[in-house]
Amino acid sequence: MADAAEIIRIDGLNKWFDQFHVLQDINLTVASGEKIVICGPSGSGKSTLIRCINQLETHQMGRIEINGQEINAEMKNIETLRARVGMVFQNFNLYPHLTVLENLTLAQIWVHHVPRKEADERAHHYLARVHIPDQAAKYPGQLSGGQQQRVAIARALCTRPEIMLFDEPTSALDPEMIKEVLDVMIELAGEGMTMVCVTHEMGFARKVANRIVFMDGGRIVEESDPEAFFQNPQTERGRTFLSQVLAH
Amino acid sequence: MTETSRHLPLRTPGSVLGPAAWIRRNLFPDWRQGLLTLLVLWLLIRTIPPLIDWLFIDAAWTGDRDDCVAAGGACWAFVGARWGQFIYGFYPPEHRWRVDLSMLALLASIAVLFLPRVPNKGWIITGSFIALPVVTVVLLHGGMLGLEVVPTDRWGGFMLTLVVAVAGMLGALPIGILMALGRRSRMPAIRIFCVTFIELFRAVPLITILFMASVMLPLFMPQGFTMDKLLRALIGVALFNGALMAEVIRGGLQAIPRGQFEAATASGMGYWKMMTFIILPQALRTVIPGLVNTYVAIIKDTTLVLIIGLFDLLGIVQAGISSSNWLAPSVTTTGYVFAGFGFWVLCFGLSRYSMHLERKLNTGQKK
Ligand SMILES: Nc1ncnc2c1ncn2[C@@H]1O[C@H](COP(=O)(O)OP(=O)(O)O)[C@@H](O)[C@H]1O
Ligand SMILES: [Mg+2]
Repeated sequence: MADAAEIIRIDGLNKWFDQFHVLQDINLTVASGEKIVICGPSGSGKSTLIRCINQLETHQMGRIEINGQEINAEMKNIETLRARVGMVFQNFNLYPHLTVLENLTLAQIWVHHVPRKEADERAHHYLARVHIPDQAAKYPGQLSGGQQQRVAIARALCTRPEIMLFDEPTSALDPEMIKEVLDVMIELAGEGMTMVCVTHEMGFARKVANRIVFMDGGRIVEESDPEAFFQNPQTERGRTFLSQVLAH
Repeated sequence: MTETSRHLPLRTPGSVLGPAAWIRRNLFPDWRQGLLTLLVLWLLIRTIPPLIDWLFIDAAWTGDRDDCVAAGGACWAFVGARWGQFIYGFYPPEHRWRVDLSMLALLASIAVLFLPRVPNKGWIITGSFIALPVVTVVLLHGGMLGLEVVPTDRWGGFMLTLVVAVAGMLGALPIGILMALGRRSRMPAIRIFCVTFIELFRAVPLITILFMASVMLPLFMPQGFTMDKLLRALIGVALFNGALMAEVIRGGLQAIPRGQFEAATASGMGYWKMMTFIILPQALRTVIPGLVNTYVAIIKDTTLVLIIGLFDLLGIVQAGISSSNWLAPSVTTTGYVFAGFGFWVLCFGLSRYSMHLERKLNTGQKK
């Protein structure tokens, strides 16, 4: 049985896109409240890995457990599971035809069956938490990139997820907007949320990560605490990668 | 919203410059444009006054065929004499209030479209357009609530045109949506069924489908089972246009970025919730011009029901102009002008509405 504090457990995960072996023998466990940063070169399988956690991608081999419950492509209540995991994308993926408020209330009302009044209250609460309390009536297209990404974070938080997944949340943003998004993520980390972040923001990783997972070629090459990783990467590939990201 | 109110219409140059300057600037800015202006002016002078003469000045407003021939212009007397038939077909005069009431119901449903942005507007619209056909069938056909049955072979004229057009529109949209979704389905059985359906109905002229519905279908029906001829025609029109619409909607679905599907899926929505709230609202609004094209075609294609013996507006006008006591060239012309005007009003109204809709949907979410 899974350890009580263990919220994600990945055992011997393998995934192929047709012939292409994109994830190879991945083992990873995440304890409740832990913050994991996944980094690695482009194409190393980071996105694919975190998308397996909420089954946006299905895997062909191995085992993924959330709260001790196995999840896979055949499972009946996959929606119930996804509803407990929040996800933030590189390109925000806000719903452009809905106002910010409607973006935040839609899943609450139709997936979580929260009454509309309470959904509105929660939406305003989380908008205030991401520091944009006064944009509820606007459409996403009227906001800056940084504001859109913070709305996306608020949208995910509204449904009170147990885990938050971030897939390069700042890499589509102009440099001057990166900080406002990272600040929100740091605050969230301070509140004890379980977070799995794919990011190359090493300052953020240093500040909040409990562990760094370094991937290359579909494998986890290194897994260590941030200080150890930054001071002294164990592998040549890790060193090369670090010198590249820290260069800018 | 505050955005739009700031964009006040630009003041026309005329109000600043005075009429003479306005004319020079807009109509004769250089010799080529000036020549075009003169050409258009000449065409207008050649066509508009004779048209006005024919339509109004020389027209016969009352009387019979001989008065019309004497007047030389349009024969509005004919339209007046046959008005009841043109609108209601052979619907019994003492029951025509039922037609009026169902037309009011149609107007009420249309009015709902113009509601200001209220919560649940989408559901109110959907509800009213589900209620509309039910109310209309009960009213027009009767046999319920103490209403006498008026069989569909008594229906005709403008009212029949509306029935076929509205049934075609209301039927084609859901069929088109389901077929477009089915064509993209991961389940092979559903996909093959939808592809076959769409390609079959798209490849056959509507006339053929109407013929099949009216002549062939009854041959395949089990003994003792009959289906109303009008109902068969309506089903044919809805299926045919549903297939056309499916391809328009599929184009809209393809334009939706993958991230929208992923965000909806990640939030725990199942297929139908994702389609209803996220994908279809966006896909449909990108294809409004294509949908309206299909809708205008539906209105115009209603005239084809004539070939299976149903008398729509055009059919009944045609029957009228060939009746022996109204035989005259001016009656013929007037009849066709009147029928054409009827169709033009419907199609023009529709296209204005679609422009209004596009404008309204674009104000909020500009990128
Ligand atoms: N849907 C897909 N079909 C085929 N190959 C894919 C698909 N998605 C990703 N890949 C490939 O898998 C590899 C890993 O992709 P990804 O997980 O997005 O990498 P990362 O996020 O680390 O940049 C890449 O080589 C990419 O081209
Ligand atoms: Mg990626």
